[in-house]
Amino acid sequence: MYKDGEEMKTIIKALTGNGAAAYAMKQINPDVVAAYPITPSTQIMEDFSMYHANGLVDSDLIRVESEHSAMSACVGASAAGARVMTATSSQGLGYMFEVLPVVSGLRLPIVVNIVNRSLSAPLNIHCDHGDSMSARDLGWIQIYAEDAQEVYINNLLAIRLAEKVKLPIMLMQDGFITSHCVIGVDVLDDATVKKFVGNYNPEKTLLKDDITIGTLALTDYYFEFRLQQIKAMNEAKKEFIKIDNELNKIIKHSTGYFEEYKLKDAKAAIVVMSSTAGAVKEVINDLRSKGKKVGLLKLRLFRPFPYEEIKKALKGKKVIVMDRSISLGANCPLYSEIKNSGVSNIHSIIFGLGGKNIYDEDIKDIFERALKNKLKEIEYIGVRE
Amino acid sequence: MKLKNFREIKEGAVLEAGTSIENKTGGWKTFRPEVDFKKCIHCMRCVIYCPDSCIPVKDKKRLGTNLNYCKGCAICEEECPIKCIKMVRK
Ligand code: SF4
Ligand code: SF4
Repeated sequence: MYKDGEEMKTIIKALTGNGAAAYAMKQINPDVVAAYPITPSTQIMEDFSMYHANGLVDSDLIRVESEHSAMSACVGASAAGARVMTATSSQGLGYMFEVLPVVSGLRLPIVVNIVNRSLSAPLNIHCDHGDSMSARDLGWIQIYAEDAQEVYINNLLAIRLAEKVKLPIMLMQDGFITSHCVIGVDVLDDATVKKFVGNYNPEKTLLKDDITIGTLALTDYYFEFRLQQIKAMNEAKKEFIKIDNELNKIIKHSTGYFEEYKLKDAKAAIVVMSSTAGAVKEVINDLRSKGKKVGLLKLRLFRPFPYEEIKKALKGKKVIVMDRSISLGANCPLYSEIKNSGVSNIHSIIFGLGGKNIYDEDIKDIFERALKNKLKEIEYIGVRE
Repeated sequence: MKLKNFREIKEGAVLEAGTSIENKTGGWKTFRPEVDFKKCIHCMRCVIYCPDSCIPVKDKKRLGTNLNYCKGCAICEEECPIKCIKMVRK
């Protein structure tokens, strides 16, 4: 965080979430970007193509014919030793799916911006987390952003983290709500970003070394390679905090694994990810002015999952976990993990699927009923039951 | 052979190039090709068609099949224009 009176090299830019991702990509100046457009992430590539056309980046921009090809081109480029980024949403991520575990299995540090959008069918372009949540067990680090500001810092953080632990990263932001909404974003100057992200120097690459990558590993070695990935994820948790702290010295806004908002003395706490956290903060301010002890834990890092830290932060509170995605036939993804961390007094709220709005009154009602012990274990908010 | 543990192997299953030479896969076959070199006209058709590139060539002559890698697929037998390759039980 800033020290009092200290000057930082940031300026404020009016950016959408998509614009913030593209601006960060421009400053990172990756060697290769291969992408195929899909709503609502399209503007990321529109902006980046503009930077490319105007000569502001040195990247090779590969325009492919599908998301499967986009991620495949990213694999080839990354294995050849390039720093690689891309972007997608929803069915686009679905179409990349076959290649996603290849990326993590080959330990390629590719960073993809995912603008969350519900999965078909029925066809829908609005936000829920069904797309990225369906890819949560594929060996990718997952970081969720509340707003365009976090989208910007997460991109800078992700490049460093991915290359440090040799794992790919998905960076999420809420479709339309974050991706198309303009806010003032503090951005660093190009030189500071360049220094922060540094150069990518992989140990071995297809272009420079005589190597084979992506070999066969059957019963004799497959499990051993998976164990390496498990260890790398544990390592990623430690490195995330280190890099996040470093980032905080040059630009504010980083909050670690999760942001705690008026959480310490809260009796009831909402746990939520992404843009909804903003609305929850508003409601908390309102309820606090009326003497109600409510708070928020806004999670950023979903994979690897910070179990112990969350358990500590939520100890003794009534916990309401709000999921913007479902796991059909099972508990919701975020709720499951919070429960796994050992939190006992816990409720599951499912909201916002297919972009369904959630209003301040809904959140207020959830808090108030939670404080009166009138919340059911699992509730659906905003659906006509 | 003693297998390596997870610390001893390279992340991403990265290997030095050329490990397929060490990995002798010829044991998979049931039949092996037998060439009648008295008839062979060294047209190189079998050499081109062999999916395993296991038919060596020297001085424009097709040499004996490298059975360390031949899988016994019989494509060479099928493609030989003068039918001088016969598949026989291993
Ligand atoms: S049997 Fe198949 S693998 Fe063996 S030499 Fe003939 S073509 Fe090659
Ligand atoms: S295809 Fe038959 S004739 Fe031609 S080189 Fe092979 S074995 Fe000889």
